[in-house]
Amino acid sequence: MPELRYLENVAQLSLDESLCTGCGLCTIVCPHAVFELQNRKSHIIDHGACMECGACSQNCESKAIRVKPGVGCASAIIYASLTGKKVSCG
Amino acid sequence: MDNKKKNEKNSCCGSENLSIADSPFNIIEPESETATESCCGIPVLKNPRILDPEKEHWTIGKLETAVGPIFRVSTKTNWTDRWATWKVRWGINRMGYTVRPGIYAVGNPDSYSDIFVSANYKMSFDRLRENLDGVNAWILVIDTKGVNVWCAAGKGTFGTNELIHRIESTHLGELIDNRRLILPQLGAPGVSGYKVKEKTGFRVKFGPVQAEDLPAYLKAGKVASKEMRRVRFPLIERLVLTPVEIVSLRKYFALVVLFFVLFSGFSEGGYTFENLLKYGLLSVLLLLSGFLAGTVLGPVLLPWLPGRSFSSKGAWAGLLMLTVISLYYFNNSVWPDTVIGSLSWLFLIPAIASFLMMNFTGSSTYTSFSGVVKEMHLAVRLQVAFAMVGLGLWLTGRFV
Repeated sequence: MPELRYLENVAQLSLDESLCTGCGLCTIVCPHAVFELQNRKSHIIDHGACMECGACSQNCESKAIRVKPGVGCASAIIYASLTGKKVSCG
Repeated sequence: MDNKKKNEKNSCCGSENLSIADSPFNIIEPESETATESCCGIPVLKNPRILDPEKEHWTIGKLETAVGPIFRVSTKTNWTDRWATWKVRWGINRMGYTVRPGIYAVGNPDSYSDIFVSANYKMSFDRLRENLDGVNAWILVIDTKGVNVWCAAGKGTFGTNELIHRIESTHLGELIDNRRLILPQLGAPGVSGYKVKEKTGFRVKFGPVQAEDLPAYLKAGKVASKEMRRVRFPLIERLVLTPVEIVSLRKYFALVVLFFVLFSGFSEGGYTFENLLKYGLLSVLLLLSGFLAGTVLGPVLLPWLPGRSFSSKGAWAGLLMLTVISLYYFNNSVWPDTVIGSLSWLFLIPAIASFLMMNFTGSSTYTSFSGVVKEMHLAVRLQVAFAMVGLGLWLTGRFV
């Protein structure tokens, strides 16, 4: 089965290495192996796999990781644009 | 990244597998008190009916403790559990599927036994307890409004605040000396481990994605392999999500079918029942095939359909379906429609299938918000254009 990949180069994910303490939590919580620890710092090794779930930034105590929040769900986006509410699930 | 949480009143549909649903990362919005449609279209009430542990078959006794009675739970699930899960996938009795938040016991835990944290969506709870066979542990069920772990985490209900609140309100720290909680990995988008530790003294450890990996995880000394930390989207997991797609869109589909059936009666000579029957039935068949292409065939063939975007894959699924149907008629030397009519379906079916498949992004495990926005920008315009051309051709075909 070919690997499932979505649109790449769009995810709003950034890592400030100067703030990274190398705790490794991002590598633990990320469901798509976006990060890897190298030389005691985290690095983004697969930016295209990021789905913007926010697990990494949520658990980054040094606030080195920034992810723009959002619902990767077309129906939620449609519903929001029709009703004028913000995008959310439910 | 701030995860501000206000009133967590509404719940997401959550009729998905424990580890499957896409993780919607919420932006807050004060929500209404009444029943609302969730993003997947299954109406959801603010307060789901909560199962009473006293009456449930999966509780097998009570422990009297310093903080009150705690129910012991069985590690076996039976056919009623599975039947309830199956029904929920089809949106039946979705609201009778919530476990009461609180502390539960598995086996014979003591003050130093592990504490596993669960959502109060019954399927999440079932998956967890099933995989703790032979283990002595505590389960802390937190209030995720009857929603599964990943959806709730994205929304913030499987969240830092709820976890802290539940630890405090259940007096967990008085009952147990152990200060470590094991959370499902997919709770991470909602739970800030270091904040929970700061506030409660309990350390958060993220276990594997799948409860099925817990026995191996525990055996390895609470170390998860790289694969245990990955979310995959295999065929069976895609397939079990198709019922919710069908159920949530059935009303819109019915309306479209009604429109086509009614207009099928028109012809150059006026309105006849004969035409309604002939072209109406054909419309139903083709619309149904487009519907199924977008809600079932697309998800099933996801890895093999062309294009990264779901709308593209959906369009191809629609074309595939049309090809199969055309071949059938071709083989039987019967052509059921006019030239213009046939041409119209070439536009309509891919548009419908594309739109429906695009909605599957919400159930998928790997689409990003930014990506979906980008995809929709072009996709919706194309879908509308194709649908209008198709509709125009079809209506023309009725009167020519």
